[in-house]
Amino acid sequence: MTVLYEPPESLTDTVLRYCPGCGHGIAHRLIAEVIDELGVRDHTVTVASVGCSVYAFEYFNTDVVQSAHGRAPAVATGVKRVRPDDVVFTYQGDGDLAAIGLNEVLQAATRAEKISVFFINNAVFGMTGGQMAPTTLLGQKTTTSVDGRTLEHGGYPFNICELMNQIPGVAYLARETLIDPRSVMSARRSIMKAFRAQIDGLGFSLVELVSTCPTWWHMKPLQAMQHVRDTMLIQYPLGVFKDPYAEG
Amino acid sequence: MSAEKRALLEGNHATAEGAIAGGCRFFFGYPITPQSQIPQYMSWRLEELGGVYLQAESEVAAINMVYGAAAAGARVMTTSSSPGISLMAEGISYLIGCELPCVIVNMVRGGPGLGNIAPSQGDYWLATRGGGHGDGRPLVFAPYSVQELYDMTGGAFEIAERYRNPVMILGDAVLATMVESCRVRPVPEAPNAYDHSWTLGSGLAGRERRIINSLYSDIADLEALNLRLEARYAEATERETRWEEYGADDPDILVCAYGISARVCETAVDRALEQGIRVRMLRPISLYPFPSAPIAAWAEKVKHCLVVELSMGQFIEDVRLAVEGRCPVSLQNRLGGVLLTPEDVLERLTTIKV
Repeated sequence: MTVLYEPPESLTDTVLRYCPGCGHGIAHRLIAEVIDELGVRDHTVTVASVGCSVYAFEYFNTDVVQSAHGRAPAVATGVKRVRPDDVVFTYQGDGDLAAIGLNEVLQAATRAEKISVFFINNAVFGMTGGQMAPTTLLGQKTTTSVDGRTLEHGGYPFNICELMNQIPGVAYLARETLIDPRSVMSARRSIMKAFRAQIDGLGFSLVELVSTCPTWWHMKPLQAMQHVRDTMLIQYPLGVFKDPYAEG
Repeated sequence: MSAEKRALLEGNHATAEGAIAGGCRFFFGYPITPQSQIPQYMSWRLEELGGVYLQAESEVAAINMVYGAAAAGARVMTTSSSPGISLMAEGISYLIGCELPCVIVNMVRGGPGLGNIAPSQGDYWLATRGGGHGDGRPLVFAPYSVQELYDMTGGAFEIAERYRNPVMILGDAVLATMVESCRVRPVPEAPNAYDHSWTLGSGLAGRERRIINSLYSDIADLEALNLRLEARYAEATERETRWEEYGADDPDILVCAYGISARVCETAVDRALEQGIRVRMLRPISLYPFPSAPIAAWAEKVKHCLVVELSMGQFIEDVRLAVEGRCPVSLQNRLGGVLLTPEDVLERLTTIKV
């Protein structure tokens, strides 16, 4: 019998505890597949963050360090400076990266720190119970914006990629989503290039993955995917902002 | 290897050289008076030695870089002063929770708030009562001379490694900036890694993946960590409790002071002895673990215990716990960055009825 498709070696056998329809499972799988394809699993260090993604330490079959809320880029910096030949990546949600951890990620990018950041943006704090995040859309209902985010109280949604695009230390920067096979394959290519930029010593790389939180959006999984397409991607347009490997 | 030599060093520079002698090759820090000379010195000295100096964007980032570097097996240090250490509290708790070694130097300044940059011992509680949230604490050592800054900072890396726990060196603005003669050891070649079986990133081939994490979803597992830490602190109490005594062999008065206060008290004790006052000083060198046993032993024999500190009665709490009512305990202190003089202490000693 020929095996056509099997779990990546860079994921453990642990059953994912993410909610049905959550994008973390797809994102984990893509990152793990790329680590396998690059053949770097034995010298990769995963930096898990705080939020639902804290459980990354259970799932990535690499060495892992779990970091405090928002501090993953600083922790990754410490690891990378000690082990410059290792591949170091952080896996962070929007509460972690865009709120409490904004300074660390901007400064790591400015230093052109040779780490990769995978930023899962589902516009809500998942783990703590569906509160408003910096990336929450205007009008979006959360447990701390029960009538929908307003400009008066919550301000504007935060576009991380557009901000990061100003930073010369960023070598690779892209916004992808995970809502259909075509976007998943595109996200995989970006994740691959982000790792390559690190391995080639070009600087900091970040891939934003616009994702879903059916539980706190109070939607069914397919409905949540549709919501990303109809609403999220208007605020967060997809695209590759910086690509050192672009042809032409 | 060349032999030990003498150098005239500022306390901050002695701290940096001591760390290097102790094998530190990674430093992450953020400027704050009165310790900015340490990162300044490290910035060129570590480059010279092939190490890494990185100026973090904040104390918060600095301690988390330390956390990452410690997880990867480096001998790593950060240094700061009071408000900066407050910012590091979460990271210190994570280091303790993940059982990671590192060295943290706090050159204490006056507080609370922005306070001032004058000498103070107002961070005694911050240092000895946990250093961050949860059940755990750094081991804390308090030097009182430039030589001790050098020796203790260097030695702290071994201790941190032995107990897989952060070690804090508690100095102050006077110690940080005063210049004294210091015996300096030859710098070791490349002692920059603990090379332990738990460190990350040394290559997964042929071994299980390693996880450094302080999330314990199972309550029994967290209690087991708490108990493991407690057992480790009990061992440290056995092996690392340090103090020095000075003065009369049959004292009426026991003076307890640490750090710069002890330096002041030494002169006061000399003068009191000349005046026929039978006084003995006990200087805790380790603040956690605390030298409770020798203090308790002297409390049985003396008529009074005088505690001298540059804080609002923080250190006296540990002395009182050690004395346990065996003799009266009183406090002499100054606050806000004011340094006590030997005359102040001497005057007090002459008024204690024995």
